[in-house]
Amino acid sequence: MSATLVEVERLVKHYPGGGGLFGPRRPPVKAVDGVSFHVAPGETLGLVGESGSGKSTIGRAVLRLEPPTAGTVRFEGHDLATLDAAALRALRRRMQIVFQDPFGSLNPRRTIGDSIAEGLVIHRLAASSALSGRVAELLAEVGLDPSYAGRYPHEFSGGQRQRIGIARALAVEPRFIVCDEPVSALDVSVQAQVLNLLLDLRERRGLAYLFIAHDLAVVRQVAHRVAVMYLGTIVEIGPARTVISTPRHPYTQALVSAVPSPDPSTSRARIVLEGDPPSPSAPPPGCPFAPRCFHPARDARCTSERPVLRVVADREVACHYAES
Amino acid sequence: MTPLLEVRDLRITFPRDGASPLVPVDDVSLVVHRGEMVALVGESGCGKSLSGLAIPRLLPDTARLGRDTSIAMHGEELAHLEEKAMRQWRGRRIAMVFQDPMASLNPVMRVGAQIGEAITAHQRVDSAEVRRRAIALLDEVGIADPAERVDAYPHQLSGGMRQRVMIAMALAGEPELLIADEPTTALDVTVQAQILELLDRLRQERGLGVLLITHDLGIVAGRADRVMVMYAGRIVEAAATAPLFASPQHPYTRGLFASIPRIDSDGERLVPIAGTVPPPDKWPAGCRFHPRCPMAIARCHTDRPPLDPIAEGHDVACWVAHEVLS
Repeated sequence: MSATLVEVERLVKHYPGGGGLFGPRRPPVKAVDGVSFHVAPGETLGLVGESGSGKSTIGRAVLRLEPPTAGTVRFEGHDLATLDAAALRALRRRMQIVFQDPFGSLNPRRTIGDSIAEGLVIHRLAASSALSGRVAELLAEVGLDPSYAGRYPHEFSGGQRQRIGIARALAVEPRFIVCDEPVSALDVSVQAQVLNLLLDLRERRGLAYLFIAHDLAVVRQVAHRVAVMYLGTIVEIGPARTVISTPRHPYTQALVSAVPSPDPSTSRARIVLEGDPPSPSAPPPGCPFAPRCFHPARDARCTSERPVLRVVADREVACHYAES
Repeated sequence: MTPLLEVRDLRITFPRDGASPLVPVDDVSLVVHRGEMVALVGESGCGKSLSGLAIPRLLPDTARLGRDTSIAMHGEELAHLEEKAMRQWRGRRIAMVFQDPMASLNPVMRVGAQIGEAITAHQRVDSAEVRRRAIALLDEVGIADPAERVDAYPHQLSGGMRQRVMIAMALAGEPELLIADEPTTALDVTVQAQILELLDRLRQERGLGVLLITHDLGIVAGRADRVMVMYAGRIVEAAATAPLFASPQHPYTRGLFASIPRIDSDGERLVPIAGTVPPPDKWPAGCRFHPRCPMAIARCHTDRPPLDPIAEGHDVACWVAHEVLS
């Protein structure tokens, strides 16, 4: 078995800019602009960024729910772009996704038992006589009463629906799950329950996660490594513990300092960034973060030459002045 | 000194056909002074947003306020004021800001014109003066190039700028009290920090009283003067921010703190609160938190705990908390 389960290389996803019929054609939106990373078996990589940073697009491109504009995604060594439909379907069984809003992905007219069984039927993983028993096991595994199988999605709370979404993903026995903002729609008390469930499942089943979230504190809770995204690129990637405790990229520093702390006694210095992220259809030349950057060494190089990810101590950082 | 806002025994009921009325908010009392930020914190369905809407009397038509409910601004009673008289207060001396500015802004009207409407709703001023004031308000809420942005449409602005526009509109009537209901929930963290700084600055510069309604204990720390925690329609704990964070007394408040992921954690497991918040028609007798409470005793199942002081300025509605200390 290779040491890498998922390997993403120079992934690019551009969306057409629209316009053109009556007005001028707008430039394409560079949602993801050359991103590389890998995920090892059993490992959790957190993908953090604000809205428009491209993190959800990456999740979808990794599962090939959308074909990327350029770059490669390998799963268990297979380049997804070269596989025919049958081979891709077989591989998909081992890679699943859990969405932020499970209600949007559950058919309201089907019982949750049927929704969970769907993958088992499609991939012929259980004989029809064994289906209900498997569904009951899966419900129990995610902490739901097996008798709920005959109920419909609207009968459940947000936290329960997320458990159903997780049960459905687990049904086909994946090795890798993309978790796209899985707890951000939940109340804090329920959020903690679902996070703990994801940790339990990881331990029990040796799952690997690509954990996409805007909340750095949530990512800290589950991720072994973390990648910080800004405007379609990774600006810092490394061990979750040290990247968050001693961020090197100015954007990561601002992101860490902006996370509200429920403990007023830890008086962290607050960095309040000026302005908003620039539009992904017109990224600035040079470093994408330069227009908002507060780094004392910031100079003309930052606005002309795009920094690439390079090794700095125990991580990689895309900043010309990451050492100072 | 008469407080800016004093709410006593706020009770909101919704009559139902063939069933006893729903009571999503019960016995809520709170005080906001000039220049003070008070936070009302709780999870979805706890009644915090309804409580906020009740103050400027923006509840749905079917809602009823309790007979003993009192909502006083500068000691003047608003709870049962007729609608026409209420307009002197709403939008003028009491302003509101909501979570989703796109839902409150008119998409086909320039932001300057919308702020202008808020100005002329309360004062007679000519159009040149309206524009001048709109620009000044945009400047005050930290929008760069206000003289140009005044002519922008909402979709041309970022989420953070739209929320600043909403705050500018709220300020147009020169309010004394600003009720901000989840004002930063839809925003990215770096923008969230900007909006919270702005609210804090307005509180200091204008002496504005701010009632901050939020699900997020994190944004309250270091900003609010006092915090009230709501669960299932009632306030379960109220204290100045520092003591509340240093030693939360109610098992629900403690459970909330143990549930929050911390950025400075060492990756140790969170300790969630068991179960889920029940809907208002299934609230249990006694302490409404008792089915989820790890410390509940027999009395919690039957008797409602009063919100009593456990220390100077620190009130808790919990039989166990009071028993341990008494």
